[in-house]
Amino acid sequence: METILLFAPLVGAIICGFGHKFIGEKAAMITATGLLFFTALLSWIVFLTFDPSAHENGTYTVNILTWIQSGALDTSWQFRVDRLTAIMLIVITTVSSLVHLYSFGYMDHDPQWKDGESYKPRFFAYLSFFTFAMLMLVTADNLVQMFFGWEGVGVASYLLIGFYYRKPSAGAAAMKAFIVNRVGDFGFALGIFGLFFLTDSINFNEIFAAAPQLAETEISFLWRDWNAANVLAFLLFVGAMGKSAQLILHTWLPDAMEGPTPVSALIHAATMVTAGVFLVCRMSPLMEFAPEATAFITVLGATTAFFAATVGLVQTDIKRVIAYSTCSQLGYMFVAAGVGMYSAAMFHLFTHAFFKAMLFLGAGSVIHAMHHEQDMMNYGGLRKKIPYTFWAMMIGTLAITGVGIPLTTFGFAGFLSKDAIIESAYAGGSMYGFWMLVIAAAMTSFYSWRLIFLTFYGTPRGDKHTHEHAHESPMVMLVPLGVLALGAVFSGMLWYNSFFGHEDKVGKFYGVPYAEAAHDDHAKADGHDDHDHDDHAHDEGHGEEGHDKGHDDHHYVFAGKPGEGALYMGPDNHVLTDAHNAPKWVKVAPFIAMLLGFGLSFLFYIVKPDLPKRLAEQQRPLYLFLKNKWYFDELYDVVFVKPALAIGRFFWKKGDGKTIDGFLNGVAMGIVPFFTRLAGRAQSGYIFTYAFWMVLGIAALVTWMSIGGGSH
Amino acid sequence: MDNILSIVTFIPALAAAVMALFLRGEDAAAQQNAKWVALLATTITFLVSVIIFVQFDPANTGFQFVEERDWIFGLKYKLGVDGISVLFVMLTTFVMPLTILASWGVSTRVKEYMIAFLLLETLMLGVFMALDLVLFYVFFEAGLIPMFLIIGIWGGANRIYASFKFFLYTFLGSVLMLVAMVAMFLDAGTTDIPTLMAHQFSYESFSVMGIHVLGGMQTLLFIAFFASFAVKMPMWPVHTWLPDAHVQAPTAGSVVLAAILLKMGGYGFLRFSLPMFPVGSEVMADVILWMSAIAIVYTSLVAMVQDDMKKLIAYSSVAHMGFVTMGIFAGNQQGIDGAIFQMLSHGFISAALFLCVGVIYDRMHTRDIDAYGGLVIRMPAYALVFMFFTMGNVGLPGTSGFIGEFLTLMGVFQVNTWVAFVATSGVIFSAGYALWLYRRVVFGDLIKESLKTIQDMNAREKWIFAPLVAMTLLLGVYPALVTDVISPSTTALVETLNTAVAAADLGSSADVTVAASH
Repeated sequence: METILLFAPLVGAIICGFGHKFIGEKAAMITATGLLFFTALLSWIVFLTFDPSAHENGTYTVNILTWIQSGALDTSWQFRVDRLTAIMLIVITTVSSLVHLYSFGYMDHDPQWKDGESYKPRFFAYLSFFTFAMLMLVTADNLVQMFFGWEGVGVASYLLIGFYYRKPSAGAAAMKAFIVNRVGDFGFALGIFGLFFLTDSINFNEIFAAAPQLAETEISFLWRDWNAANVLAFLLFVGAMGKSAQLILHTWLPDAMEGPTPVSALIHAATMVTAGVFLVCRMSPLMEFAPEATAFITVLGATTAFFAATVGLVQTDIKRVIAYSTCSQLGYMFVAAGVGMYSAAMFHLFTHAFFKAMLFLGAGSVIHAMHHEQDMMNYGGLRKKIPYTFWAMMIGTLAITGVGIPLTTFGFAGFLSKDAIIESAYAGGSMYGFWMLVIAAAMTSFYSWRLIFLTFYGTPRGDKHTHEHAHESPMVMLVPLGVLALGAVFSGMLWYNSFFGHEDKVGKFYGVPYAEAAHDDHAKADGHDDHDHDDHAHDEGHGEEGHDKGHDDHHYVFAGKPGEGALYMGPDNHVLTDAHNAPKWVKVAPFIAMLLGFGLSFLFYIVKPDLPKRLAEQQRPLYLFLKNKWYFDELYDVVFVKPALAIGRFFWKKGDGKTIDGFLNGVAMGIVPFFTRLAGRAQSGYIFTYAFWMVLGIAALVTWMSIGGGSH
Repeated sequence: MDNILSIVTFIPALAAAVMALFLRGEDAAAQQNAKWVALLATTITFLVSVIIFVQFDPANTGFQFVEERDWIFGLKYKLGVDGISVLFVMLTTFVMPLTILASWGVSTRVKEYMIAFLLLETLMLGVFMALDLVLFYVFFEAGLIPMFLIIGIWGGANRIYASFKFFLYTFLGSVLMLVAMVAMFLDAGTTDIPTLMAHQFSYESFSVMGIHVLGGMQTLLFIAFFASFAVKMPMWPVHTWLPDAHVQAPTAGSVVLAAILLKMGGYGFLRFSLPMFPVGSEVMADVILWMSAIAIVYTSLVAMVQDDMKKLIAYSSVAHMGFVTMGIFAGNQQGIDGAIFQMLSHGFISAALFLCVGVIYDRMHTRDIDAYGGLVIRMPAYALVFMFFTMGNVGLPGTSGFIGEFLTLMGVFQVNTWVAFVATSGVIFSAGYALWLYRRVVFGDLIKESLKTIQDMNAREKWIFAPLVAMTLLLGVYPALVTDVISPSTTALVETLNTAVAAADLGSSADVTVAASH
């Protein structure tokens, strides 16, 4: 079943990409979409029926074919199914199948294309190919196969960002996305090499088993010796930074909005950009032994969450606002992973996929209604014209801003998962992370409501004609919105306990062994008798199901060894417990921040709509700083792009031209013009004569040598 | 068939001789005949070589299908293949029919053109099969001549300069090798390659004119061979002949040059330098690793600023050959496996890229990147093929380009992390130049008047690319096809190397111990 699940999208891509000439465009697109829904169905079956306790270490693998083998390096095309994979499977296939469906409507009449140009099958083929690559990424059983998926999604992303190939900006954005990601991959690759160097393997099981030793090992890398676990975790994280658009390597994501909107929803919101978070969670056994690297992850994630939120405040392109929002939310996930609460990171990844995909598809619906106008300054008052879209966007906004009832587990998806992260940051001892995320939460609320107010409230701005013709989208676009809305509302509440409940629940979910802890300390349970502990814990778990939440603190701790279960939390990792026991003000803080953001937004865009403009003029430098995204693009152009080209030109003209051709081989080059003159009449056949003399020359040399040698 | 290697080697030469003797006239029919004879001969060569591949026993690390007979002046004619060379033979026989097909549009001196290519094939096959030093040298040097003629007669406007530059660089590099060969013969008393591989050349350090030569004789011999192979590769900084040669060569010439001729250097390192002068290799390894790393970054940066498509791909070739030398001199299993893989993969991918240039050059007669733009609109099939090989060129996993790069980098990381660091950055630059080329040529709107009527690839062109696409994908997904064949031989080579280096005990750096322990 897993194999079918994985390859169905590839088959769809091939049929759609190459077969549309034979079976017709419509049939090809329906085939691809049908296969995707089939894949989604299988994924849900895997997710819901997956029982970690039925498999050793909560994992099973399916071997397909050997891949790269060289000496100690032994890799196969092999799929690994555990809880992390299962979560990613449903996220990817659900969003992907809905995006396929949605694209029937969105891509139907695209003004970018001339009549008779066939673009739809190509689009669907890319989407399906992307899904295949993404599935390869999350089901990989070793780092190289993961790298295959990693670069595969990069190519799909490249092709889809550059989908409107007539537009120079699309071509530039596609290239930028690929190259910036390559910078990340550079780190990722070095991390893989380092792991192989030290563990003689790149398979997860062996790496996980070796993780504790890596923490004790020094590796000589570049100019000094480093703690192996830290430096390798850091290198892998550089890869994650690229893919997940974290600060420094984030610049490609906003530009990626050049792609069609369904692409933004699927790739640049719900799935591909979360691959970095997935990588960090997948490597949790290594991360747990790399305190310095994870501290870096926390700080960078928090800074990204803050930075992207500030930029999101002033953008007017509806897709860019959501893009920066994505960047910011990814920062949240990294903070959770950085403080060791991988499950909370996965929780937010999971819920975020639903509501962010919905926001993007909703934005797509608005753009569709407004004839491909993307500037929010030309929207306004659309509430009545496109009511379904409005409600979808509203639900998405309620979810992302984190609306719910404080101190309970009742609320929209984002409320549960985002608060889980903020509490984890506090519990993990990262006050910087905590405050950055709270501030970012206020800003998230502000820009999200700003988007709603500017788009759906107030008076229509911009082209009258466009507003008059604004129309609700067809059903194929609204149905995906409706399905995702279900996820945005319920996914948090339904799976709260599995992701962020008590240790026994979380442990059971991921297949991580857990044990009853002594009441007064966090002593690690004896690892020798895991199965006994497991059974015991199971019994206890059943007995306690009816218990009050606050009652059973410190009853369980994670007791797995690295590689047991889908995640690994070290014996000193009590973030989950501590997060549950965080002070009340910590738990309420994000809610207050959310209210504050909403209030300000309401004031700015409903009560006093001229206020933003006045403020922008008053604080012009700050406004420009934010509007120009902290000038990262300009900086990179000056620091990297221009110098690289200048150096290239220097090497070419001065290095190859002047130095090497001119000096190093002066003799040879002195001879060449001479021969050139001699051979001036080469066309008339003289050149054959010279060639003949050369053969004679060689023969003479050979003869001399053999005779000389013989006499010795 | 005891003499199957000779058969494979000399089918093309035989066909050339037949053509030279019996084919008369310059009319269209004669031209057509020349093309068909060449295509037939190269195809038969390929089919016969498949027998070699099928019957080859990978588990046997020695030479197979060995033929030995007396030759002139008491020299021996000796051929044989092992796990390292057999795939280069296959690569050659595989690529040659495609180059003939790619030359279907040639209209001047067609007969001579085909003869040159057929002779070239024989000589190249000889290089990969020769098991006698003199025989090797003859094939190695004589191969220059047809290539020299191909560039000099059927090349572009500046072909004379380019052909002489090509010839002098490669020829002068080989003079030192010849001297070294004489010295080897004097030392070992034989020119038999398998015997020489077992022979131990002295590695006692000595001083000449106040210069301390670590590794002694072996180092000197190594350097002499190195001079020849480094030019052939080509390695930075003796690479400048290659862009000129490529730019001026006809499409098929560029294909052969990139796909096969460049591999002779790498093959030479594996056949001579490493097994015969292991200590010399070890002494020089660091320098060569750095030259390789510099080559990768330097030529990638230069590739980025090129305006000529062929020059850009030529520089990209130099960068890719940098991975090869780096892998070879990492001296461990991953490095050497990766280097061989990279050479084979580059044989397919660079051949295809030069063919891609050829497709539009045939239509527009310019290689200037600025003359193009928006080709995807009129040439979707071409855009797809070009995209595929662009991705292969940047080493996308799933294509053969990835495996070689990945393994060589993995190999060198175990030896020198600085070199690995610098070389790995090449993956960023390669994406830079390759995608930028693609964007300027294929993407964008089609606004240039001259391109408005350009036609997509025809059936012949598609059939040329099909096998290359298939091989690039196949080796990317199932590289065991290659590694299963080469591994036993490379494992043996690595062991020889490690044993020799350990025995020599240069008493130096940690690099040695690291290399030995892996």
